[in-house]
Amino acid sequence: MISVITGFIDELREAGVPVSMVEAIDGMKAVEMIDLGEKVALRETLRATLIKNLRHEGAFDTAFDVYFSNVPAPIEPDDPESANDVLPSMPERGQGAETEFDLDGLLEALLDALAGMDGESLRRGARQAVDQLAGMEPGRPVGGTYYLYRTLRRLDLAQLEADLIEALMSDEDLSEFEKRLLKEDVEARLEMLRKEIQEEIRRRLVADRGREAVARTLRRPLVEDVDLMHATTSELADMEAAIGPLTRKLASRLARRRKRGSGRLDFRRTVRRSLASGGVPADPQFRHPRPHRPEVWLLCDISGSMATFSRFTLQFTHAMSTQFSRLRSFAFVDTVDEVTDFFGPGVDFGSAVRRITQEAEVVWLDGHSDYGNSLETFYSRYGGQLTSRTTVLISGDARNNYRPPREAVLGDIAKAARAVIWLNPEPHSYWDTGDSAMSHYGKHCTSIHEVRTLRQLEEFIENLTLPSGKTPQNV
Amino acid sequence: MVFDSPKAVVEALTGADYLPDERIAQVVFLAERLDKPVLVEGPAGVGKTELAKAVATITGRPLIRLQCYEGLDDAKALYEWNYKKQLLRIQSDVDHDWDSISHDIFSEEFLLARPLLEAIRSPEPVVLLIDEVDRIEVETEALLLEILSDFQVSIPELGTMHATTQPMVFLTSNNTRELSEALKRRCLFLHIDYPDANREKEILSARVPGLSDHLAKQVAQVARSIRGLDLKKAPSVSETIDWARTLLALSVEDVDEEVLGDTLHVLLKYQTDIEKAAKEFTSSTQA
Repeated sequence: MISVITGFIDELREAGVPVSMVEAIDGMKAVEMIDLGEKVALRETLRATLIKNLRHEGAFDTAFDVYFSNVPAPIEPDDPESANDVLPSMPERGQGAETEFDLDGLLEALLDALAGMDGESLRRGARQAVDQLAGMEPGRPVGGTYYLYRTLRRLDLAQLEADLIEALMSDEDLSEFEKRLLKEDVEARLEMLRKEIQEEIRRRLVADRGREAVARTLRRPLVEDVDLMHATTSELADMEAAIGPLTRKLASRLARRRKRGSGRLDFRRTVRRSLASGGVPADPQFRHPRPHRPEVWLLCDISGSMATFSRFTLQFTHAMSTQFSRLRSFAFVDTVDEVTDFFGPGVDFGSAVRRITQEAEVVWLDGHSDYGNSLETFYSRYGGQLTSRTTVLISGDARNNYRPPREAVLGDIAKAARAVIWLNPEPHSYWDTGDSAMSHYGKHCTSIHEVRTLRQLEEFIENLTLPSGKTPQNV
Repeated sequence: MVFDSPKAVVEALTGADYLPDERIAQVVFLAERLDKPVLVEGPAGVGKTELAKAVATITGRPLIRLQCYEGLDDAKALYEWNYKKQLLRIQSDVDHDWDSISHDIFSEEFLLARPLLEAIRSPEPVVLLIDEVDRIEVETEALLLEILSDFQVSIPELGTMHATTQPMVFLTSNNTRELSEALKRRCLFLHIDYPDANREKEILSARVPGLSDHLAKQVAQVARSIRGLDLKKAPSVSETIDWARTLLALSVEDVDEEVLGDTLHVLLKYQTDIEKAAKEFTSSTQA
């Protein structure tokens, strides 16, 4: 058992989850306290001791499924099909031919199990379904997504859903409202079936190819390591949850308090205090330094090449707008427009993005990025409002479609602002290749950062120090 | 009271009207066995604080609570010297030499115990609840580390005070910021999410006496449905309980769009959310 758990911990670390030595020892100690026969107890015990961040639970669940799933249990003897092979392989073409297997019977059993919320028979049904429908081929280095798809397609979930709704519907006719609730209930139950099937498939893959191999195939980057340029919609959704704490940290970084006592002498209070020491001003009092209220301006490239990343930056902007009262945001493609008002209080992210794409005037000529023109328009329109307290954050890949970069205007912006920080979602090695004009712009920025993943964004925020005066240093 | 198994925890907690799922029961069981603090994380209103209270109830221990807030310092969390009393002591006694007085005024008599020290010094075992720990600054977190790992407090003038009895510690967090690794390492981690419809229904039945089975089921389903929308603030478990009570008070037997529209403000607290949910549910009727 110990070797399985250390293997499991190795796998977690391999997937990027930080499991410290102390936590591993805690996990071992905790496992001694519990009944190893109970899978749920084991899972929750390991989870509580090894995983300290919600973002890592997905990786944990996958690894746990692989490492602690049992070898497929024998299937009931009354099923003649099951006896012949552990992994009955089914040729894709011959699907029509093998019909001895009772699909309708299986569907009925599944329907009963789902309607009665009977976990045990649901599991049995799922096992049978995988047996008959997945057509698993031993030795293939796959993660099982295709098997899952194939099983579900043959099961015809849409029909199952309709049947289930019918089965659960009480005799009297329901209002639309009740139908809606019922439909959601049914969807939740079908999700259970999908999970069961997936678990069963993974169990078989493990039996076929061993834990380490399957775990390696299934390994997905953690949320903080997903490349922002190529994130899927669901990954972006996961990120949204992680952005909140980050923006709070950024807010506190930008508003870093000055050292105590740096305020001006408060003459009145010093004299008042001196009365206690017989008129000798032994205890000088200072005015409280005013809390620094940072002004942040965000400039996002929302052109096509940046589609995924800009969605992320807009998410970030949205989250920031709840933190800073004086945040202004601008979007540009080949010209620039202010989008601050689209992120007003209480506006949800989806509708804000919709309005930006529909209403903001960010396209001037042809809808290809033009940083030069965008920056010039930005400076001529809003430059006068920049102050020595303004931090300008620019997010973009600096790919200018071979147009003149006109970087001098960025220098003017940098002179007027407290700092200009450029966040580039491309790997450092791609900068200045092709039409990227990163170094042209970079020399006018206070700092430039490669921000390809959430982790890098976190690092950037962690190490952020801003010049207190307004003397931008060149990088 | 010692639990034999997670099942015993489930039974005991259920008896205290707190319905735990497997995960919660398992972690409470481990916390008791391993003497480790539990860091409870999750959205607002899923019963994080309630859990600590329920554990206090079932174990029969007193609950000591430290509410965290921005600007909390050691004088409020750990201990403070009672300056006024110390001054009085010095003034009332002019005969003794300074040595004996200074020795005297830094004794336990002049110590004001704040929640953390109180939990350590308590003669009977307690449940210590450190609520909303994510509200304190990163620097202040360090105050907690010594207590969480060794159950002791160091006071320079007095030396180190060890716990006489082992307190059960619960920390809650709404995850508004990342807690430090050092803090997390010392704790068992428990994430509580909104309960699924079945468990929520059971919670409702336990917490709202007189609620019919049918209504409880509907309330739980509506709550799940609303949480599926993209809202500023999803309804918490306590809000669904309030809503169930409201429906009961209005003697509603069956939830329909109209009832939902009229009582939505019990579940949702932002005008934009209310409008959105109302629109969502009425449009589903027209479709």
